[in-house]
Amino acid sequence: MGAPMESKSKSLWSHAWDSLKKDKTAVFSLAIISIYVLIAILTVTGVVASGWEKEVGASYLPPSAEHIFGTDIFGRSIFLKTLKGVEMAIAIGLITALISTVIGVILGLTAGYFGGKVDETIVWFYTSLASIPYIMLLFAIMFVLGKGTGTLFIALGVTSWVPLCRLVRGEVMRHKEREYVQAASALGAGHRRRMLKHILPNILHIVIIQFSLRFQTAIKSEVILSYLGLGVQGVPSWGTMIDDSKLELARGVWWQLGAATLAMFILVLALNLLGDALRDALDPKLKGKA
Amino acid sequence: MNLWSYVIRRLLYTIPIVLGVCLIIFIIFNVSGYDPAQHLLGKHATAKQIAEVRRELGLNKPLVQQYFDIVKSAFTFDFGRSWSTKQKIIDMIKEGAVPSLTVTLPAFLISTILAILISIVVAFKRGTLLDRALVIKCVGMMSIPSLAYILFFQYFFAYKLGWFEISGYEMGFPNFIPYIILPVFIYVVLSIGPDVRYFRTVILDDIYQDYVRTARAKGLSETKVLLKHVLKNSMIPIITYVVIQIPFLILGALLIESFFSIPGLGGLTVKAVFDSDFPVIKAMTILSAIAYIVFTVITDILYTLVDPRVRLK
Repeated sequence: MGAPMESKSKSLWSHAWDSLKKDKTAVFSLAIISIYVLIAILTVTGVVASGWEKEVGASYLPPSAEHIFGTDIFGRSIFLKTLKGVEMAIAIGLITALISTVIGVILGLTAGYFGGKVDETIVWFYTSLASIPYIMLLFAIMFVLGKGTGTLFIALGVTSWVPLCRLVRGEVMRHKEREYVQAASALGAGHRRRMLKHILPNILHIVIIQFSLRFQTAIKSEVILSYLGLGVQGVPSWGTMIDDSKLELARGVWWQLGAATLAMFILVLALNLLGDALRDALDPKLKGKA
Repeated sequence: MNLWSYVIRRLLYTIPIVLGVCLIIFIIFNVSGYDPAQHLLGKHATAKQIAEVRRELGLNKPLVQQYFDIVKSAFTFDFGRSWSTKQKIIDMIKEGAVPSLTVTLPAFLISTILAILISIVVAFKRGTLLDRALVIKCVGMMSIPSLAYILFFQYFFAYKLGWFEISGYEMGFPNFIPYIILPVFIYVVLSIGPDVRYFRTVILDDIYQDYVRTARAKGLSETKVLLKHVLKNSMIPIITYVVIQIPFLILGALLIESFFSIPGLGGLTVKAVFDSDFPVIKAMTILSAIAYIVFTVITDILYTLVDPRVRLK
């Protein structure tokens, strides 16, 4: 684009931050995500929604001024359950995205940097893994590991790292021959230092964009697993709430479905929009393409 | 290099991938420590019963043998019998494929054509308010979980308004039509968001290429530039995206089939998860991976037919 040359050159990051700040959708999305994270922190510490298990009224009360999202079959407040569900959604998003990022970055860096047999083996492994459709792989792993929140994190994490690994590998291959890496090696930097200290910061934008993607796919996948009875047990999650509502709808009880869907919609939409804005801000190739 | 040698090379390349897929499935199902015999028989099973089930599943064989059994089943499609129905799994799959296709095939065609049309319009209007609004609408639609769509549409259109069948299926044309309208509609709603978003990016990627500038400089109208030049080049990534979805059509729409009681492969898979039907889950995992590999090969071969540059690589 024909942007005027600036007297002082800026780093990619400060540049990206500037363009993010100007993007109203991005700022708004970031604000929403921060609110959700704040709610999650407050529910974990028990400040908010600690009484979600308590009976607050009769069974299946419709939304009213007193119970804004109504009550569920046990007379518990849907509003408090939805708030408590934020905690699980953020945990699922964060932990699975973290697992898949760590695997994807380590394997991608190793494959791209060392090349040769190492690269061939890693590519072979992830091509094989990616040949099993995501949802079937997820079912298979959940089925074998058994129900539970821990296995949910693991299953969602180990099934979703391939796209990131592919991107990191490709980018590392382009970077490793560059002068700055050669300079580092001339200065005596070892393989690990070159990979982590020199190349990784230059490909970090891909990692961040993919992280935001994984975060929201994990939240959506939890719903499907809940329907199959493989979801979160014991504490409220939006997935189990949506699943519970399949028996309630026929009786005209729509508020549990509505509340959980709305809560999830706002968070996932914000993550989606932020992901798009991040991509525009961090990936110079896409600049100006809207 | 001619086409045939490319095809043969491409087929040879799938061998390590098939072996790799079987290895992953082997690790998940046979070595991860999960004991299907214990799972099937419960806590009070005698050692003799467990040994019997393990023998039936081939779990008493050496591990290498077990691995080759999986590889063999990937080619012979002999997956043994289901635990819950006792039927041969391959027969269940054959029966389920047709009902699945009656839902997924029309849905796939409608959503793909619709998505391509919408993304062409969006590409024309790029940068305008309409473009922005449509993109946000797509992202918004993608932000609602599929289960919520299914629950809501089934409740609203079938239960409340009574326009469609709530669930069920009848074999044979045209008997199945009343049962598939709503599932097809939901499938289209679910896939239109990601489709349009992807196609739009692909088309816009091309719009900024030099050859498009040349075409404009020649004095071609915007319509001609888009439809004749851009669309032709965008077709390659679009074809990949579309062909890769075909194996999933055969596998059916998991949740939709389960909710509308359509006796297809998607419903079969979901039911297997509910029933902890180990052999069926394993069979569907192998089958879906093989289908995926076969269709990637087909896509790659289609590529070389559409774009001669690919073969040179």
